[in-house]
Amino acid sequence: MGDVQHFAGPPDWLWYILFYFFLAGLSGGSYVLATLLRLRDAPGDEPMARIGYYIAFPPMLIAPLLLTLDLGQPMRFWHMLVNTTPGHLGVNFKYWTPMSVGIWALTVFAAITTVSFAAALVRDGKLRIPLVVRLDGRVLNVAGSLFGLFVAGYTGVLLSVSNQPVWSDTFALGGLFLASGLAGSAALMLLLARYRPEARPSAPMLSVSERLYSLLELALIVVFAVTLIVAGTQEIVFGLPWSLLWVVVLAGLVPGLYGLATERLSAGPAVAVRYSVVLPLLVLAGVLALRAAIIFSVQV
Amino acid sequence: MPHITPGQAYGFFTDTSVCIGCKACEVACKQWNQLEGHAPSFLDGFDNTGRLDAETWRHVQFHDNVPDEAVTPGNGAAWLMMSDVCKHCKQASCMEVCPTNAIIRTEFDSVFIQPDVCNGCRNCIAACPYDVIGASETTGIAQKCTLCYDRLQNDMTPACAKACPTESIQFGPVSELRQTAAKRLEILRGQGVTQARLYGHDERVYGGLNAFFLLMDEPERYGLPDERNAVLPSRNNAGGYLTAAVTAVLGVLGGLVALRRRKEKVEGPADG
Ligand code: SF4
Ligand code: SF4
Repeated sequence: MGDVQHFAGPPDWLWYILFYFFLAGLSGGSYVLATLLRLRDAPGDEPMARIGYYIAFPPMLIAPLLLTLDLGQPMRFWHMLVNTTPGHLGVNFKYWTPMSVGIWALTVFAAITTVSFAAALVRDGKLRIPLVVRLDGRVLNVAGSLFGLFVAGYTGVLLSVSNQPVWSDTFALGGLFLASGLAGSAALMLLLARYRPEARPSAPMLSVSERLYSLLELALIVVFAVTLIVAGTQEIVFGLPWSLLWVVVLAGLVPGLYGLATERLSAGPAVAVRYSVVLPLLVLAGVLALRAAIIFSVQV
Repeated sequence: MPHITPGQAYGFFTDTSVCIGCKACEVACKQWNQLEGHAPSFLDGFDNTGRLDAETWRHVQFHDNVPDEAVTPGNGAAWLMMSDVCKHCKQASCMEVCPTNAIIRTEFDSVFIQPDVCNGCRNCIAACPYDVIGASETTGIAQKCTLCYDRLQNDMTPACAKACPTESIQFGPVSELRQTAAKRLEILRGQGVTQARLYGHDERVYGGLNAFFLLMDEPERYGLPDERNAVLPSRNNAGGYLTAAVTAVLGVLGGLVALRRRKEKVEGPADG
């Protein structure tokens, strides 16, 4: 134990990347949950599904901007997609490099969320482009969910595929970011359902899924911690001051885990009303704190 | 030296046993490559540079290794000095992860960051196991030793090797350097310098380093990972994606369970 050597230097990925990882998790997670609701084919679930598609879109506008601003040469963001090496003009796609795969997935997912967002507006009578509704069918929603799952999770894999302490000492980060993104999405959709009463019938589904995702996240935090203990790098990320962030992370799991312990998997429609504004915000704070602890502890 | 011919592998053999820490290499590198450098910092020994980064492509490490008892003179052990540089790894971690394909192998088999292609994403910095690359504040891109690519194209020896007064830095075709290094090790061992060893001379670390070293102590003393730890970033692809995929499946299942539960609740007579 404790004998993995690390000499790699920090890449100084800080605030932009933190918010990108946060938004990617929420966008991907919301799209998946929205699709699950819609595929159930119960008309009562459609309003909540649309909340999910509404949530998935704005992050996909902001995220590429954050990624671009973080570049040393922002005007060359397109070099990720196009090889500009003289004599080797072509497409850049390196399947073994998560950053390269991720940028393509992000491009496709951004396009899909745009269509689904516009279609939700049309269905809600706020926009008149019938074509997007025809595009926004099952096939697109399922494909979007696959890309959503990828976009929410690959950010963790990207960190692992490096030689940094902590990040490269574990295989859990991809799963961990995905699970926390899903939990955060469920909380955010519940929060917004307060402002859309017709979405209330779907609230129990989100409440129950948030419990399950919190449990999944907790399990992955344990896996993460164990892998770091084996490598001997746990002090870097769990030591002070980062332990304070981990308190927030765990606090964000409490609503879900408490619900699981007391009500198991049952939840009546009353849940949505009972659900306070504070609890979803706590869950979201946990989602952000998780990423902050993992990104900053290694680099600051 | 015979002409520098494209198509052949060139590199450095840095023999730390004869380094006197004069820093001529650092200065020559900065001068030729027009690197601004940083204001000097007051560090241990005679090191006022600190580390390799965008402004420092050669860096002389000083390790105070003076034991309490008297030492035999002349074996370079009292001070460990090493002129550090990009290793131009055969299997380069930086090149493996670069999403823009800015990092290429040149016709001299060196690892080169194309300044007009790099967009400053810094993925390579997180990957290089030797902490060689830095992000330049002036150009915004990743920078490191180029093995004096421009000099090689003009049949000139890299500036650092040219300036080194003790020939601690030797430049040449990698195959020749490997032979020189083996001979040098043999001589030192013959003189009883048992702590001398080569690093990066064979394929055990990153398939062989085109810039390799003769060291006077354990590699980790100089910030070089040993064989077991010299691993490529892609080793984590499978595990990382697999965990994410399993989580994705569990996530969808969790959502379906939640949907089912709700349905029972909503439609069940008890819920009326
Ligand atoms: S030492 Fe670092 S920068 Fe140089 S080739 Fe190897 S991985 Fe790349
Ligand atoms: S910073 Fe430049 S060289 Fe490094 S990985 Fe990004 S694009 Fe490639």
